[in-house]
Amino acid sequence: MIFLRLIVTNLRRHRIRSFISIAGIAFSVAAMLTVVTILQGAIGMFSGILSSDSEIIVFERNVSDLFFSNVPAAAADEIDDWPMVLHADPVLFGIVSSADHPIITCFGVTAADARIRKATWLEGDRLAFAQHSDDVVLGERAAEFLGARLDDHVPIGHAVFHVIGILKTANGFEDGGVFMPLSSAQGFFHKEGTSSVITVKLRNKDDAASFKTMVKEKFPNLIGLESAEFTRSYSQFKILKATAWAVGGCGLLLGGLGVANTMIMSVFTRIREIAILRVNGFSHLQVAAMIFGESGVVSLLGAVLGLVTGTCLLFILKQVPALHGYVDVTVQPFVLLIVILLALITGIAGALYPAAYAMRIRAVEALRFE
Amino acid sequence: MNSSTAQASSKNRIVVRAEDVWKSYDDGAIEVLKGANFEAAEGQTVALCGPSGCGKSTLLHLFGGLDSPDRGRVSVNGMEINRHSDLLRLLRHEVGFVFQLHNLIPDLTLEENCLIPTVAAGIDRRTAQARLRQLTGRTGLTHRLGHRIQKLSGGERQRTALCRALMNKPKILLADEPTGSLDESASAAVFELLLDIVATEGATLVMATHDRSLAERCDRLLEMHSGRIHEPEYAR
Repeated sequence: MIFLRLIVTNLRRHRIRSFISIAGIAFSVAAMLTVVTILQGAIGMFSGILSSDSEIIVFERNVSDLFFSNVPAAAADEIDDWPMVLHADPVLFGIVSSADHPIITCFGVTAADARIRKATWLEGDRLAFAQHSDDVVLGERAAEFLGARLDDHVPIGHAVFHVIGILKTANGFEDGGVFMPLSSAQGFFHKEGTSSVITVKLRNKDDAASFKTMVKEKFPNLIGLESAEFTRSYSQFKILKATAWAVGGCGLLLGGLGVANTMIMSVFTRIREIAILRVNGFSHLQVAAMIFGESGVVSLLGAVLGLVTGTCLLFILKQVPALHGYVDVTVQPFVLLIVILLALITGIAGALYPAAYAMRIRAVEALRFE
Repeated sequence: MNSSTAQASSKNRIVVRAEDVWKSYDDGAIEVLKGANFEAAEGQTVALCGPSGCGKSTLLHLFGGLDSPDRGRVSVNGMEINRHSDLLRLLRHEVGFVFQLHNLIPDLTLEENCLIPTVAAGIDRRTAQARLRQLTGRTGLTHRLGHRIQKLSGGERQRTALCRALMNKPKILLADEPTGSLDESASAAVFELLLDIVATEGATLVMATHDRSLAERCDRLLEMHSGRIHEPEYAR
């Protein structure tokens, strides 16, 4: 209890300094939580598009980005005929821009595609999809930002399209996207006879391994991956995740430097006090534990404050109309755990030098000269 | 008696001993102790007098294991003090320090300050509290237990420092100008208490002081000058 009092007393003694350190950690934690959660959500949603009513994604082997993947239409047809396959849907991804929106995601899909079948059609008739080459269906948010309504003609990229429907999906990317008939998309993006991926639903999930083997044998240029496998191995996701953690890590590093600064000042300003503790029987380890305890409290409070701030920030982002449904802001438990652990490790690392310094204080010198 | 040796005249066993102790600072530039010899018997009160810088505090620091001699031997309770000694055990159980400045932690209460040595030594809370009640009762500080150090008078602070020093029942109390920062009446009161408690506890007191009138009330009065310890004729 007294040990804890010693820790807390010192933090209370320099309230502003302690608060600045706590705030430093809190901002770092909030930044990390926000960036990582948003990117995890984005990755989750992108994976969600691919795994919509499917278990396996087939795409061109060794491509860094699915936008560069070219899967021959013949492959999609052949795979669809395999006995183990319930359905195989080719999807073509493309990016276009409009006057006010630099990036609009386009999905070239067939009328049978689950994305069209399972979405909630707010306006228009699902059966009308893919009847004409200039028909498009807009996600709810895309319709909103394009200012388009049913039967409007909207300029998208270098062409003008007829809006035959507006649909709502649970996926933010899809909600902000444009759905075109596959053949129209192939023409629009000059990718005739190809798609970016084939999403495959198997009759029996246990056939996944044999399916992947068959893909490898029949189409050496293609690769089939299960959804979870794809999320883990897709290089763009890896880059995004690494970037998110790196950005957050840099923030925490700065927070750690703040803690280090606070703890150094804390030790320097009470050399005599530490000497008194030593004279009263405190061991080097007990002195170090006190310093680490202080940094631990700072880090823990910073982490808690950061988590609260970050969660509030995510909640606010969720309310922003432009981002509505675009990012999944559900904080995952493992992200929470890692963020708290990193904050604690940062705090402890920041206290390493101050603790080592405090351990080296010679009571006799501190008492004689101060 | 040898002029450079201050021997305990008591028949009790010797609990503090310094034999031909040398100590210098700044790489030998400042020589403080030059072959000092000292002995204090169990239960004795010994006053060390001498001008500032004569080495009184240095000698106390050596007895408390806070510093080590350049040459010579220092032993406390039969344990030789050197860098291989169990200095933590010495500080936690064998010796207690009282300084001129009370050296209390100002933001903690009297109670918390006094409990610090028990925390360091891992003494259980109940035992520590019982000891605290006993000592504060004897020093008249019970009503001040929950008060912060800033709220206490100089005399109360020094009495608190005395309580803290005695919390773990040390056999030797090392007091470095314990009344040096107090006015005359507070000084007399604290010193009276110091002698009384030391006698009750059966502890040995080694005290550095400038105050000859206080020093003369100890069992022995030793003088330090030129880095050595002398027992004046009149004090024997």
